[in-house]
Amino acid sequence: MMQIDQAELVEAAKGGDRSAFDELVKATYSDAYTLAYRLTGNQEDARDVVQDTYLRAYKGLKRFRGDAQFSTWIYRITANCASTHMAKGRRQRHDDLDANDQLIDERPDYDPESRADATLLRGQVEKALEVLPPKLRAVVVLRDIYDLPHDDIASQLGITEAAAKVRLHRARRKLREQLFPMTGDVPGEGTAHAV
Amino acid sequence: MQCDDVVEYLPGIIERGEPADRRVQRHVETCLRCQAELVQYRRLLRALRLLRTEVLEPAPGLLSDILAHLEAAGERRAIRSILTGRNVAYAGGIAAATAASAAGAVVLVNRVRTRKLSLAS
Repeated sequence: MMQIDQAELVEAAKGGDRSAFDELVKATYSDAYTLAYRLTGNQEDARDVVQDTYLRAYKGLKRFRGDAQFSTWIYRITANCASTHMAKGRRQRHDDLDANDQLIDERPDYDPESRADATLLRGQVEKALEVLPPKLRAVVVLRDIYDLPHDDIASQLGITEAAAKVRLHRARRKLREQLFPMTGDVPGEGTAHAV
Repeated sequence: MQCDDVVEYLPGIIERGEPADRRVQRHVETCLRCQAELVQYRRLLRALRLLRTEVLEPAPGLLSDILAHLEAAGERRAIRSILTGRNVAYAGGIAAATAASAAGAVVLVNRVRTRKLSLAS
């Protein structure tokens, strides 16, 4: 759906047009479900989270100022609902956490070799994400997959920005250790190697 | 600077906006092991970004469930709004009736007083 259409639908829904809101749900619920599944790690929780998400979105639609895309707003609510849901401890499977430019490949998708490598890795990354503790998984999913800013992630998860960054680094390290074990890696302890 | 000091920074420096400390950068430039680890982080980040384009197929019936929940929420809201409106109407009615009774009583008392005064005179 075109963004302009979504903006129009949002305006109509704000004016009380329920069918406009239903259209917005239809356009975004698969994405919201995908995010919810990645955050919770199971279908039933993802389903509950998505239902809560749209109820909250519906009730809070008047507060949506439209400075971000509707889908981004839905991602934020999904992250918040998933966080609340997981904090309740329902059907939780894993949770064991307290919690230069030259180095950046800026446009990996445009490099066919990198893209092929990433495609090959995708399945392994998905499996590694599933076994990551939920609190770590949440930050890496929101930051590295959905590209939400650190302050947004922190606010949706109810933690400080510094804590969000610490969790992100831990999550990346755990994923790296699992996907590319190196000699000297101690699981969960980070790496230690001397020059 | 040793690898042990640098590894903490590696997950962060793959990200735009988090420039590496110059000492860290200098170490990485000369350490093959840290460079290899950095390459792995970059591969990981690419694979994660690729997941963004993947949309999972939601369980059947999810859409209708969401819409049914919204419908129910909408109805609850409408009922609440009607009840709130009725309560306001009831309160208004009671207030009007009280005011009318008070006004009636005042008129009655005045009439009685006037009659008593005319009888006395």
